[in-house]
Order: sequence, then C-alpha cells, then structure tokens
Amino acid sequence: MKLQWGKRGENLYIYLSGELDEHSVAEIRARADKLIDENAGLSRAVFNLAGLRFMDSTGIGFLIGRYKRLKRYGMGMYLENPESSADKILSLSGLYSLMPKIQE
Amino acid sequence: MNEMILKFPARSENEVFARNAVAAFALTLEPSLSELSDVKTAVSEAVTNCIVHGYRGREGWITVACRAAGSTLTVEVTDEGCGIADIPKALEPFFTTQPSEERSGMGFTIMQTFMTDFKVESKEDAGTTVTMTKEFGLRRANVG
Repeated sequence: MKLQWGKRGENLYIYLSGELDEHSVAEIRARADKLIDENAGLSRAVFNLAGLRFMDSTGIGFLIGRYKRLKRYGMGMYLENPESSADKILSLSGLYSLMPKIQE
Repeated sequence: MNEMILKFPARSENEVFARNAVAAFALTLEPSLSELSDVKTAVSEAVTNCIVHGYRGREGWITVACRAAGSTLTVEVTDEGCGIADIPKALEPFFTTQPSEERSGMGFTIMQTFMTDFKVESKEDAGTTVTMTKEFGLRRANVG
C-alpha cells in the first residue's frame, strides 16, 4: 500500500494505491489519521482511490473510521475515481450516502 | 476437472497470496476480469475471517481447497478455530463481534453477493468451513 497526499484550497487529498486488506490497513490507518489531525482546519478530505487495485471489507471499515474522525473536526469526506472492483463494494455497502463519489 | 489445495499459517500477510493463487487457478475457466475480481474479494473475506474471527490472533492453519469443473469454480476455506456460535446472526449485514476495531460486518454479505453459491458450516471450538462456488460466463451466456 502507498499513501500520497496534497493540499489544494480547502481540500486535503489522500491518494491510496495498491491493495487494501487486513494486512496493509494498519500502517495506512495511522498515516491517514495523522494527516487528518494535522489538517483539521480544512473543509473536506478527498480520498482518491484510482490506484487502489484491490479492496475488501477491511477497506469499508477503514473508510468509516476516517469518516468518523473527519466528522469530529466538522470536515466532509469524498471518494474520488474508485476502480471498478472497489466501486462495487462501496456501492453494495451504501458508503456513498456518507461519503459521495466524485468521478472525474 | 482440476483441483488444488493450499495450506498456510493464519497470518494476514498470506491474504494477498491466497486470493491471487485462487485467481490464478481460476484462469483456466476463462473468467472475465470482473468475475476474477469477485473471486479475489470473496476469498480475501473468507481468509480474513479465519484469521480475525476463527483464530483471533492465535496460531493455526488455513486450508483453501479449489475445484474447477466445466465453467464452475468451487472454493472451500477451512479453519480449525473457535467456530461460530450463531450463524444466522453472523450472516446479518453489518453485524460484527468487534465493533471497536473498525470491522464493517460486511464480509459474509460480500461473499454471498459476489459468488454464485455460498454455504457456511461451523462447530464451536472445532472450526468453520465456508464453501463458495462461482459460475463463470453466466451473464455472457444469457446475453448470447
């Protein structure tokens, strides 16, 4: 798993790439939380999932966890360009009602 | 008919190996990319369950047995862990025994949705076996 990030205006961008599962999630969770804490003054966080080749339900737990953390700071959360396999799980779990999908 | 049996220790680092090995085995059945992706996800869910729920961090072995016959892949994932006390409860979407650990409770729902057939057998303190089948080319056949 790889995590890259950037800031544009009021947005914190978090780019996830690789395979997100039970094994890889711990490290990514710690890094994402640190980034969120450090950028708590921004309006929203956009998780770009274009490079995420694989994700199972561990990924759903991960995203809900970050959503709750962002909510404490009053920040919104969005999911950008999910790959088709991740998109299928995200749709099935109803996650887009909490964190809308952005397709560009 | 072709068969394969994998046996590996219940460690999360083996999840990526297990799902990709099953996907490689399934290739002879000529699945579409999206069917293959469904299989990988379902296998990953089943193996994660063995590690997280079956063994709960204890040492143990996971067996993944695969069979390819006609256009059907059968995958059987077995652990010798603690077993499931209440299977109907475990199958409910969003039910999890570990809400504090960011578990989504979607594992079984994903296996059921992504595979053609799904069955779980379990005995407390003896272990759990999840049997899943995937029939490839269903949609293509219907269209054609």
